[in-house]
Amino acid sequence: MVRILAVMVIILSCLTAFAGEVKLGALFSETGPASYLGHPEKLTAEMLVAEINAAGGINGDKVVLVSYDTQGDEQRTINYFKRLATKDKVFAVIGPTTTGSSLAVKDLAEKFNTPLISCAASATIVTPVNKYVFKTPQSDIHAAETIFKYMKSKGMKKAAIITAQNGFGVTGRDALIEGAKVQGIEIVSDEKFGDKDKDMTSQLSKIKSASPDAVICWGVGPAPAIVAKNAKDLGINNLFMSHGVASMKFVELAGTSADGLKLPAGRLIVADRLADSDPFKPVLMQYKKDYEGKFNMPVSAFGGHAYDAFSLFKLAYEKSGADKDKFLAALAGTKNFKGTAGEFNMTETDHNGLTSDAFIMVEIRDGKFEIAQ
Amino acid sequence: MQFLYSGLTGGSIYALVALGYNIIYNTTGLINFAQGEFVMLGGMLIYTLFAVFGMPFIIAFPLAVVTALIVGLLFERVFINLVRVKSDINLITVTIAASILLRDFAMHIWGRDTVTVGEFMPVKSIELPGGVISNQSIMVIAVGACIAFILHLFLKRSKYGRAMRACFDDMTAAGICGINAVMVRVMSFGVAAAVGAAAGVLISPITFVTYDDGLMIGLKGFAAAILGGLGSFWGAVAGGILLGLLESFAATIMPSGYKDAIAFVVILLILFVKPAGLFGKRMAKRV
Amino acid sequence: MRKINPFPALIAAFILAAVGLTVENEYYLGVAVIIMIHALNATGLNILLGYTGIISIGQAAFFGIGAYISGVLSATYGWNALLTFPVAFMGAFIIAYIIGWPVLRLHGHYLAMATLGFGMIIYILMNEMDFITGGPSGLMGIGDIEFFGLYFGLDQAYFVLMSVYFVFVLFMLELFDKSFLHYKLKFIKSSESASNSYGLDTVQTKLLVFAFVAGFTAVNGSLYAFFVHFISPVSFSLKYSIELVAMATVGGLGYITGGVIGAVILGLVPELFASAEDYEMLIYGGLLAVCVMFVPGGIAGTLSRLRKKDA
Repeated sequence: MVRILAVMVIILSCLTAFAGEVKLGALFSETGPASYLGHPEKLTAEMLVAEINAAGGINGDKVVLVSYDTQGDEQRTINYFKRLATKDKVFAVIGPTTTGSSLAVKDLAEKFNTPLISCAASATIVTPVNKYVFKTPQSDIHAAETIFKYMKSKGMKKAAIITAQNGFGVTGRDALIEGAKVQGIEIVSDEKFGDKDKDMTSQLSKIKSASPDAVICWGVGPAPAIVAKNAKDLGINNLFMSHGVASMKFVELAGTSADGLKLPAGRLIVADRLADSDPFKPVLMQYKKDYEGKFNMPVSAFGGHAYDAFSLFKLAYEKSGADKDKFLAALAGTKNFKGTAGEFNMTETDHNGLTSDAFIMVEIRDGKFEIAQ
Repeated sequence: MQFLYSGLTGGSIYALVALGYNIIYNTTGLINFAQGEFVMLGGMLIYTLFAVFGMPFIIAFPLAVVTALIVGLLFERVFINLVRVKSDINLITVTIAASILLRDFAMHIWGRDTVTVGEFMPVKSIELPGGVISNQSIMVIAVGACIAFILHLFLKRSKYGRAMRACFDDMTAAGICGINAVMVRVMSFGVAAAVGAAAGVLISPITFVTYDDGLMIGLKGFAAAILGGLGSFWGAVAGGILLGLLESFAATIMPSGYKDAIAFVVILLILFVKPAGLFGKRMAKRV
Repeated sequence: MRKINPFPALIAAFILAAVGLTVENEYYLGVAVIIMIHALNATGLNILLGYTGIISIGQAAFFGIGAYISGVLSATYGWNALLTFPVAFMGAFIIAYIIGWPVLRLHGHYLAMATLGFGMIIYILMNEMDFITGGPSGLMGIGDIEFFGLYFGLDQAYFVLMSVYFVFVLFMLELFDKSFLHYKLKFIKSSESASNSYGLDTVQTKLLVFAFVAGFTAVNGSLYAFFVHFISPVSFSLKYSIELVAMATVGGLGYITGGVIGAVILGLVPELFASAEDYEMLIYGGLLAVCVMFVPGGIAGTLSRLRKKDA
């Protein structure tokens, strides 16, 4: 016990903060089922922090990144968030990666007076709005809307949904059911699968017997890749995925069965296919070039979310300095910021600031993302 | 009908895992909580040999199985052999500890991410009455059946197999007859690991491989072994297939999340109602 | 009857007071609270495993049942926190009694697997019954403990509350250790048939002990829920059951301080090795294996042997 106390004292004494720096916490799921989201996020955040420090910091303050791996686990996220807020005493936190983790720390952000810019998709993170909580990815509501609109344009009316039993899947399912009502799409079958499930044939064959025009799968990690495989075996066509799989890692996992899949995604993964007149192209190409040049792997939408989160932090901190209330006001007042996910226009009541324009439908062809026709 | 085909695929794997439990149980009266980890190990080894080193499958498969066999032998030497007081609690705990270690070593070697093995052959779906089955699944079922049959011959006919059965019947008597009981125990761990790894290799292209896969598949394999009657060879096979079918059928009639609970409900029900399993012989209580 | 040895409880009280007075950082107080909860759970398991010989690899389920009963009653129905404790205790007690009735007739591996299966079923139910439990994304909005005008929402206050309860439990355990019940249980552990022939109702005794420990573990679950204010099934998975087995075994089976020692050592692992978190489970598994293979009786057992040698 004495040793423990000694260790505690030593750690405490190391915690003296230096002037002229701002500590930024980061919680990403670098490993675990959501690692292909969290890993690029972490890399992006590190890259941007190094860049900004090389350029002299924000308003002269060097940025110190304190990062923990949540493994996509809610309980860990809570512990690390508390550690960031009370032990590391960070100014703000970017992340967590997944919806479940973000919801788990939503209340803590206010309790510990630590602003949070989440990189997770669900709209429930910012509705009801919390003064301290923001998020950068496009909302699942917008993703659902984009899919349904695309379906209607192809004359499809009946959809079946198969959603993951995790935070992302559960809120995504709500968004799909709501969105279907608004868009006049009939949901003929509603199935679920577990994050770690290995075989979804039973659910998919049930779906098949309901003969939908399209099947929408909502999940992250390896499980959707298995859904794609099983669906292909069963001969199910017109499979849609969520924006949760907009990564080359998913394409790798699913292999040939990814061919022909369609999903809503931000413009980033098809940046080089965009018309030159596209207002987002310069931002996207710049980030793509930096990231791919540095890490030698293809960009994914998720790294982009961290890019946006860090950029929002930077923009607001430039205006506010070390005053938290001013920082929050500046963050909520962000206007016309062109990030990788789209154009952010935050208000007091909208802490995401994106619209469904931020999404386009993409298709996986020959192991590459293409703009869907 | 579709559930029948997917159930058979999963069931063949459970059957192989259940056989692994049986081999060890029959020679030592032990239940090896780390049995599932060998399934994961098989998947990881085939990933390394086949996907990373690009060996032809026909070489990579036996190589992966043999490697797992060696790990199984070492496993017995290190963990089971060194336990001083061989009480039930200690043996259970040590296999649990070993499973944690195996899982963690796998995580350090292969990382936390899911890896893909690729396909052993071009995937095709075959239309059958009432559903489809992929040629991958057919391979799992066919090779699984072959392995079970070879194992059956091994246990029935070979010298080692007879020695193993003799040890289960009466360890002391077997010793008197000149059977090296320690050797038999070590062999049984090796063979069990090899069978588990073979299951892992077979299933890997369908389910991918993650370092923590072993736990669930191990538990389900145990459920299958209990269902068929612990210690009974064909009971394990029948139990495995039955459990696969039950799971896959359950997913069609109830929310699929409850699917995983089937195996555990089976464990509890069988233990309460008929501890000898559906096809097992009644066993006497050892005092 | 041996003399009561109040030292473990006193030492714990002293250390806790020292920690409370010197450590100002909320974070470490939080760590201390969590370790105390682990210690109580591990001690409960120790009574089953070390004293009675009941191998339970499903203790996380009872911990979770307590946490969810308190969590749901507080978050969904707005109950006063204090009222949820007896409900949690009784709920787990009854469930354990029902499940124990058939399960405790089993022995060895079968018993281990049956409790493990039970734990998995409860874990799956927590995930699937999302209309009650909030499902895999967890349950939020759990209130604070408040009574007699005292408010335990802050980590410091909670630390004090937890410490008082912890020392109290340690003292009760010491009484148990020196009681007749202790010997009765160890007799059952060493030979069930012999105890039966002496006229002990072994099944009934085991059942009551099992159910009581389940209730106790559930109360710890409630304490946990009111401390973290957010619970999700992940915290109550098989992994936690196994961690408890590791804590009890490393600390020392059959020694009243065993659970506490094991929980403190293994509970500090993730804190001391936060950067080397990848090795957390490796340390768990390694310590567990080494203790089972080479150190029968765990740390507490070794210490008491050393003391006897000196004397």
